[in-house]
Amino acid sequence: MITLTVNGVPHQVDAAPDTPLLYALRNDLGLNGAKFGCGLGQCGACTVLVDDKPAFSCLLPIAALAERKVRTIESLGTREKPGALPAAFEAEQAAQCGYCIAGMIMRAQALLERTTRPTEAELRAHMAPNLCRCGTHMRVLRAVRRAAIAMGGGVRNDAEDAL
Amino acid sequence: MSALTRRRLLGQGALVVAFSLSRRAMGQVAEKRPTLPGDLDKFPLLDSWIRIDADGHITVFTGKAELGQGLKTALVQVAADELAVPPAGIELITADTARTPDEGVTAGSHSLQDSGTAILNAAANVRVLLTEAAAWRWLVAVEEVELHDGAAHAPNGDSLGYGELAAMLSLHVEAKPNVARREKGVRLIGTNLPRVDIPAKVTGGVAYVQDMRLPGMLHARVVRGPSEGTRLKPADFDAVARMPGVVQVVRDGGFTAVLATQEWQAIKALQRLQSAGWDRPGAKLPAEDMREAIRRLPSREVPIFDDPGPPAPADGKVVRARYSRPCLMHGSIGPSCAVALWENDGVTVWTHSQGVYPLRKSLAELLRLPADKVRCIHTEGSGCYGHNGADDVAADAALAARAVPGRPVRLQWMREQEHGWEPLGSAMVVELEATLADGRIAGWRHDVWSNAHSTRPATAGGLLAGAELDPPFPRQVPRPIPMPEGGGHRNGNPLYALTNAKGTYHFIEQMPVRVSALRSLGAHMNVFAIECFMDELAQAAGADPLAFRLAHMADGRAREVMQTAADRFGWAGRAQGGGGRGWGFAFARYKNLAAYCAVAMEVAVDRDSGDIKIRRVVAAVDSGEAVNPDGIRNQIEGAIVQSLSWTIHEAVAFDTTHRSSFDWSAYPIVRFDALPASVEVHVIDRPRQPFLGTGEAGQGPAAAALANAVADAVSLRIRDMPLAPEKVKAVLRS
Ligand code: FES
Ligand code: FES
Repeated sequence: MITLTVNGVPHQVDAAPDTPLLYALRNDLGLNGAKFGCGLGQCGACTVLVDDKPAFSCLLPIAALAERKVRTIESLGTREKPGALPAAFEAEQAAQCGYCIAGMIMRAQALLERTTRPTEAELRAHMAPNLCRCGTHMRVLRAVRRAAIAMGGGVRNDAEDAL
Repeated sequence: MSALTRRRLLGQGALVVAFSLSRRAMGQVAEKRPTLPGDLDKFPLLDSWIRIDADGHITVFTGKAELGQGLKTALVQVAADELAVPPAGIELITADTARTPDEGVTAGSHSLQDSGTAILNAAANVRVLLTEAAAWRWLVAVEEVELHDGAAHAPNGDSLGYGELAAMLSLHVEAKPNVARREKGVRLIGTNLPRVDIPAKVTGGVAYVQDMRLPGMLHARVVRGPSEGTRLKPADFDAVARMPGVVQVVRDGGFTAVLATQEWQAIKALQRLQSAGWDRPGAKLPAEDMREAIRRLPSREVPIFDDPGPPAPADGKVVRARYSRPCLMHGSIGPSCAVALWENDGVTVWTHSQGVYPLRKSLAELLRLPADKVRCIHTEGSGCYGHNGADDVAADAALAARAVPGRPVRLQWMREQEHGWEPLGSAMVVELEATLADGRIAGWRHDVWSNAHSTRPATAGGLLAGAELDPPFPRQVPRPIPMPEGGGHRNGNPLYALTNAKGTYHFIEQMPVRVSALRSLGAHMNVFAIECFMDELAQAAGADPLAFRLAHMADGRAREVMQTAADRFGWAGRAQGGGGRGWGFAFARYKNLAAYCAVAMEVAVDRDSGDIKIRRVVAAVDSGEAVNPDGIRNQIEGAIVQSLSWTIHEAVAFDTTHRSSFDWSAYPIVRFDALPASVEVHVIDRPRQPFLGTGEAGQGPAAAALANAVADAVSLRIRDMPLAPEKVKAVLRS
């Protein structure tokens, strides 16, 4: 048995110590947010926060997480009361198939917890580890900008300067 | 109330109730009746599409599937609008072989045209019947009855819910043609109704087949070599069967799957089996670039179009160009997945296949079951953009589940399996020749070489597992998709007013690698070639690219789309291209019968690195009546970004033994740091005009606008995709 602290709640997980966190979250804890995309740290579909930093849950063996705090999208509010980022993604209709979106939201959450006033270039660089195949990127950026404002900050648009 | 109406209502009681999903051909109606709109023609009975329970609950059925394109929302909108109920009052059932009409495959930007039109007209029919029932009950004229919010309202303030009204009549009747649409009241069509599926997707709700967790479910992995055409060497299956958590190693001919209690245990068993190594039993892959390789294979000539006209003058200026693209990948972010359950000598498969009915037929053959023992239920997956691993993984899951009747089995492909085994978008070559006389096109030849653009399963031989069982099922023979839709020749017929013009599709049956439908099929390449060539011709004629296009375009809606994109972009006021900055424009009407789309783009090309930065993209789109304008914008934005990724970043790589683009490091796609600075989409609404499919309309124009902008920036034309930095650099040096 390995103890995992997920969204503030300790859980006992009966799985091999080398089991990546992703499978424990999805199959043992029944959380749908983190998705299997590559299992290789290349796409970000599985992104969660570990001690407030974005992490690829597909690469982290549960044995390494005993003392660490894991947060998933399920901690950012509910359908009825979504948090700032999920609400902004809804408002901007920032999804097509949506398979990448929970990972996007968690990566953006890490950024906005660090600063609610990133520049556009910082935002884009920060989001670069996460892939989207539907081409929803422009809306993802709009949603993060909207959430930054809702959290009392805002993204400074330096995209033109960056080019 | 008129005697006629009363007679019609009374007459319905005598109708024989039959299965509501019977096709027209099987129907009981002998006399010929007029064509009905969309797929209503194939399934004319109203209750194939709409049912209303006594408690007023409304269920709408579609044979099409949600692929992330917003289909559910648009169809709910269409039905709710016409039935005058709030959208929350509609339950929508999507593609399910046990419940919905067989509307074939959800592809080709057909859903709103076929299913949306059917539901719209079925709903109009139902609304008329409800109105008449209320009129009959109250003994008032139908004109005096008003429908809104799920109830009929009488002039004296009485009201009757749809449930009560529906109990008075049968919806098991054929639709009538030309039923007028609702005139009065609040409209839903044309509004930006928020997507019904997004709340679950942004809060960690159950949204995908990947999220299904049935009681007692096992996790499975299919065991294959690194890519299509390879085979694993024999492994120690007994040792794997003894690994922790492994329930069974299923082997059937060359098909192998591992079943385990936990997902990670199944993956470890798979890895152990894969470590035995692999080989390639069949012919080697060509050593040269795939487009050159297929270009030299035997081909069959399929005419695309032939518009004869006066021969071009002998002193005309002849321009020729050759364009190409490599094999491309669908590259779904979530590898394909299915859940299967064997019970009572039959199987239920939850699948993200685009075609549950063709899949059912293929699975029935594969599993040697009668079709009615196979049920395929569409359940959303990661976006597919055409024929990816969805159908194959459904077969894999069904075969794995057959070994453990009564236990649900969830089988997902690994990333490397999706990259290695998905059917690719074919490599393509287009050669164009035109003659210019007095600044106008006086002759046009289009020749396109390509493999098939659909090898979707229609038989067991269309599934990967079909070739692995013993004996194997015969492979499906690929065939060209006929015009006007076309496969490799899709959009090979320019919408421009041309005479003395001819197009030929050189269909190459032999496929060195497995290929099938990739979003927009041949249109990405054909539009790329035609719209690049229009710029080359404009340049040869000394004309502005937009003015040159408009001078050859007679279709008013096409002209308006082009003009709108140009005006919103500020095309007329743009600076002179060159010195690394450039402006590009392109247009197409998808298949010449779906949505119109024009794209204008500004780029900056770094001469040292060859890097293309996209400063601005402006698009205009005419999708006919815009059911959900924001949904249209979402689709076009996505198409533009995806097409830019294909066109700049992507090419599937091979060596002679296998596909070497095995993951995202070996097949990079666009990331956030390489996006356009902005993408703007303007929707031209055409109320009361037919819905025009939009999902694939942006791919071709975006690719060509990019290439045209790059050519404008560096004064050199790159005709072979991808426009990758190394290639741009090499062209600039030459
Ligand atoms: S699934 Fe973890 S990075 Fe792709
Ligand atoms: S929305 Fe489909 S992969 Fe991002």
